[in-house]
Amino acid sequence: MSYAGKILNIDLTSGKVETKPLNVELAKEFIGGIGLGMRLLFDHSKPGTDPFSPENPMIFVTGPLSGTMAPSAGNGYAVVSKSPLTEIVSESKAHGFFGAELKRAGYDAVILTGKSEKLIYVFIDDDSVQLMDAERLKGKPSHETEEAIKEELGDYYIRVMSIGEAGEKLVRVACALNDEFRAIGRTGMGAVMGSKNLKAVAVRGTNDVNVANLEEFKEFIKMIHERMKGPKTRKYRTLGTPENVLVLNALAALPTRNFTQATFEGAEKVSGEYLNERYIKKIIGCATCGMRCDHIAFVPEGPYKGTTARVEFECLWALGPNCGVDHLDAVIEAISQCNYYGMDGISTGVIVSFAMDCYENGILTKKDTEGLDLRFGNPEALVEMVKRIGSRKGWLGNILAEGTMRAAEKIGKGAVKYANHIKGLELPGYDLRGLKTAALGFAVSFRGGCHLRSGAYSPDVKGSVDRFKLEKGRGKIVMDLEDQYNVIDSLILCKFSRGVYYDGLEDMAKYYTLATGIKMTAEKLILAGERINNIARLFNIREGKGTREYDTLPPKIMTVPIPDEGIAKGSYVNQKEFDVGLDDYYEVRGWTKDGVPTVEKLNKLGLNDFAYIVKGKIEKSKKGAK
Amino acid sequence: MPATHARKFVSADPNKCVGCAVCEYTCSMVKEKTYNPTKSRIRAVRLNPFANLAVTCRLCEDPPCVAACPRDALTQSEETGIIMVDEDACNGCGWCIEACDYGAIMLHPETKVVYICDLCKDQGKPQCIEWCPEEALDLVTSDLLAQKARRTVVKKLFQESIKTLPG
Repeated sequence: MSYAGKILNIDLTSGKVETKPLNVELAKEFIGGIGLGMRLLFDHSKPGTDPFSPENPMIFVTGPLSGTMAPSAGNGYAVVSKSPLTEIVSESKAHGFFGAELKRAGYDAVILTGKSEKLIYVFIDDDSVQLMDAERLKGKPSHETEEAIKEELGDYYIRVMSIGEAGEKLVRVACALNDEFRAIGRTGMGAVMGSKNLKAVAVRGTNDVNVANLEEFKEFIKMIHERMKGPKTRKYRTLGTPENVLVLNALAALPTRNFTQATFEGAEKVSGEYLNERYIKKIIGCATCGMRCDHIAFVPEGPYKGTTARVEFECLWALGPNCGVDHLDAVIEAISQCNYYGMDGISTGVIVSFAMDCYENGILTKKDTEGLDLRFGNPEALVEMVKRIGSRKGWLGNILAEGTMRAAEKIGKGAVKYANHIKGLELPGYDLRGLKTAALGFAVSFRGGCHLRSGAYSPDVKGSVDRFKLEKGRGKIVMDLEDQYNVIDSLILCKFSRGVYYDGLEDMAKYYTLATGIKMTAEKLILAGERINNIARLFNIREGKGTREYDTLPPKIMTVPIPDEGIAKGSYVNQKEFDVGLDDYYEVRGWTKDGVPTVEKLNKLGLNDFAYIVKGKIEKSKKGAK
Repeated sequence: MPATHARKFVSADPNKCVGCAVCEYTCSMVKEKTYNPTKSRIRAVRLNPFANLAVTCRLCEDPPCVAACPRDALTQSEETGIIMVDEDACNGCGWCIEACDYGAIMLHPETKVVYICDLCKDQGKPQCIEWCPEEALDLVTSDLLAQKARRTVVKKLFQESIKTLPG
């Protein structure tokens, strides 16, 4: 049985620690990872809680495969809370080594509430939990914090996840890093830790993690290992995700200069090909994984000589083409600075590009930037701005540290036109004007602008649909992908490995059964995926931000046609087709026109207890329809 | 060939090892029927992203662990070079752990006696080698390591001329 069977509750205000048994019925319905985490969030939070208040719980969740030798899944964990960036449900996953350690310590979930008086770190040492002083670690970046904690505790196999200066200063896009460079990246979880005066969580787990059927499990993972050497993981093992730069550029879907153009004339210079040839020194892997994907870059010369960072497409895009910067040295430095301060590289890049757009359009002046020439393409300005955001330095740094949505409101003067976020979460690197299934998928995502809630760019990029159109049928595509991704994120399989499950959900169900001993089928799994999507939607509705008016796209996507000559010229998402897409999606989901799950739907999913959340909303939307 | 030179042990290639710890998980799976790196006979070390290496027993000639044991609990097999632990004699004092320059001896968390890589003699061959996704682990002799090193250095020396060879 690969569930640990225990949930740890830690109150950082009183220091009280309590262990409770895992409700296995709940685990079966919500799997683990983000599913179980979001379900637990309901039980441990009150409506309208300020994400920075001590009452906002921060929930660490492992998956049923964490701690086993399951390649790519054995090492994962998720963090769930209410996001300070979006003020809706927040979930983020990370791989590396930390998740396995947490499982071995004996926990399916750790629920942190309250706020410590002083900066501390939590040391979970199997059954023992201690709150340790962390004042001397104040302002230190994650990799130094990890080293210092391992030294202090006298064990180099202890695993640590921690925040940097950005998290301590409540920068709303702050992340937490474990194992030096793996991030609980999106939706500002580092800031939630900062609000609790929690510098780090250190874990030592020495317990066995057993699977229900070791012999068959062993055969199954051997097969997955072999598949990981094959074509389905080729991209991640060779050029890595930066391969996307030239692929998206050729499709005129590479957002450039804050979604102004959709192609970048400097693409070759920031391509995966160029990156690998010149900068990548080593490709390494997470615990238990047979794939290896971590492309570690090293800057060999110039002003940023010696800088090293793990480079993936999204951060490279956000801080590169998206800021009009074609100097990879500076992009790698900017990524490294994001790691130093502890910030989501995607959001940070989009915030900088937003500020650059405002500067180019006269909304921000040189006075506002304190002399910084914040034009697109200026590599020094990029790096400097990242540092100012990470440390909340100066008027502009402090405002941008609030995230694009809040910064645009504070700056005023029409800055909202240049703010590229959905529900407050900055967009990743897909130009939604010419990838319209993705546009719908991103708009309805329960955590805001995100490519990993559905991967709905995939049918557009592969050409299985007409990507310049939004029509009936896309709702089903988005829903199916979302539900699958919910399963993946609840088992906490690494998405880079999603292709090796040749039989898709059948494979995943078998995986689950072999590990837990609980009989699982593909049908039950996908139903769990649907249940998870609904529970997330319910949370957002409870917080007053889960209805149709919040499923939006940024102004640029809906009003500024792609200007680049070529296949995508003139494309943008108009209101009419967007409404067709939303209607279609809500219909296949069994939700009202206002995007609210019906009581019948909730009953079908076993979510009867949550009907109270939708009742008032459904009547309201019926009245509205009349 | 003298038997001592034929002794084979598990060694990781520093250029190939990525620190993924698949070897640790494999070892605990095969030897302990569970997943738990703290019960592995091989441990992965990552100093930084560029410096990764898995380390296990190197079956030393004249092994210091054997000499260090005050209770004669450790003996080296003359045939294979494997360090064998007499679990009844071992009291977990840790002198052998201290004597080992490679950190290849660990105290078992449950039995409280030391345990050392035995090349999976019951399985026929070391299973960590079978599972290593990078093919970074190999069963080598010290002589083979020397051969490999010589080939590498000579290749380097002739790098340019190899490139220009016809065909």
